[in-house]
Amino acid sequence: MTSLETSLRSLRDGGRKAFVPYFMAGASKDWLRHVEAAAHAGADAIEIGLPFSDPMIDGVVIQEAALRSLERGTSIDSVVSELDDLEVDVPLIAMTYYNVVLHGGLERSASLLRGARVSGVIIPDLPLEEALEWEGACAQHDLATIFLVAPSTPPTRLEMIAQRTKGFCYAQGRMAVTGTPGARSEGGAIATAVRAVTDVPVYVGIGISTPAQASDAASQADGAIVGTAMVELLLRGASVGDVESFVASFRHALDHAPATDFA
Amino acid sequence: MESVGPFMRRPDATGRFGDFGGRFVPEALMPACLELELAFSEAWADEEFVGEFHGVLESFGGRPTPVTELTRLSEHLGLRIFAKREDLAHTGSHKINNVIGQTLLTKRMGKPRVIAETGAGQHGVATATAAARLGLECTIYMGEVDTHRQALNVFRMELLGATVVPVTSGSKTLKDAVNEAMREWVTCVSDTHYCLGSVMGPHPFPWMVREFQSIIGREATEQLHALGVAEPDLVVACVGGGSNAAGIRR
Repeated sequence: MTSLETSLRSLRDGGRKAFVPYFMAGASKDWLRHVEAAAHAGADAIEIGLPFSDPMIDGVVIQEAALRSLERGTSIDSVVSELDDLEVDVPLIAMTYYNVVLHGGLERSASLLRGARVSGVIIPDLPLEEALEWEGACAQHDLATIFLVAPSTPPTRLEMIAQRTKGFCYAQGRMAVTGTPGARSEGGAIATAVRAVTDVPVYVGIGISTPAQASDAASQADGAIVGTAMVELLLRGASVGDVESFVASFRHALDHAPATDFA
Repeated sequence: MESVGPFMRRPDATGRFGDFGGRFVPEALMPACLELELAFSEAWADEEFVGEFHGVLESFGGRPTPVTELTRLSEHLGLRIFAKREDLAHTGSHKINNVIGQTLLTKRMGKPRVIAETGAGQHGVATATAAARLGLECTIYMGEVDTHRQALNVFRMELLGATVVPVTSGSKTLKDAVNEAMREWVTCVSDTHYCLGSVMGPHPFPWMVREFQSIIGREATEQLHALGVAEPDLVVACVGGGSNAAGIRR
């Protein structure tokens, strides 16, 4: 089992609902301080976006953050070297697009990321059918390959994904790109279906922007991922203190969420 | 003509033509790509569908388009030069071939709506036209910069009943229009077909678009035979997204 999965399972088994905020690497000069503030305020893991020019599953907010980051010259190499200065002890999970790691070399990218204490990677444009080579590179470096299940995923595919994903299973809450406001999350239903197949932790992301939505999603899942709402705050120039209170509000909601019914 | 390697064969089970191809799309779109692959494979093997496709190309698309011998240029260069006149197809380009095929397939899959990207507007105008013929709802994504450069094509698409959405992300041109159409497709994939206009995107798009465009090469071969040319020494094609080049080479 990957170290990421070991630590996320022990979190779950200890009865804690995970909160995972997303930060775009290199979007601003002091992005590492924002990550530290989030960890300090109770985030259980941090998702770190490695910017890409054509982010297919991301809405305008994360597109804008990626653009700013690319304009600042961010690359996989620059992020890895910056992460040396990061002082947090929660797991780091990279989220990027396949082009980024393919261009950097699969083996080299996996090794670089693990060397920078990243323990899992989400690549949303790399479906099961294309992932074998990347999974191989990750396996050699104790890096978890995290797959998404979407509301459109039929039961047989869901089963295959649930069995292949490492670390946790990413339940895409809505049929939309990141940051689209709207209807109730379908993540809970996906989590229930995944749990019927495997006991890997399931986190819900895409479509969660408020503490209430996070606590709602976590009533059926093991954690919630918040990307756009966090990034939007930072694009507007939020301070370290703003990040802390943002994360604390989700922490509070999740700690008081109704218990998961595993029966 | 020399071999062009794996590019003109049927792609393998993973949608690859040699080193290229495959499917790099979000999981949310994978079921739709698999459904489309199955639907196209079945339709393309169904004589009735292929017959209807060719019938519409003829009665609506303006096919076959002529081959014109460019006599004065030929004389000047001491060669025989022929032009395959895709400019004379309905809506003014080869784009109509592919969209007639894809809109018929959309209907066959029971989807009432198409979306498409467009650069200068040729594919957008063709899609709006083919969609109007079948009563399909149609939305076209076009880079904002391109909507100004090609305002007349925006007017034509709207006249045909399509909604044109200016794309303001990234470089505001074709690449960003494709990204935006893909993002939109995630939200509406259950009732909407993405009518991609080039030999690009996830499998089966490159294969399907090439097959629908192969009518260009089939006609040209026959027409050249009739003009006493067994096999051209050289074929020159313009390449934007590559569908015209893939179609003539077939």
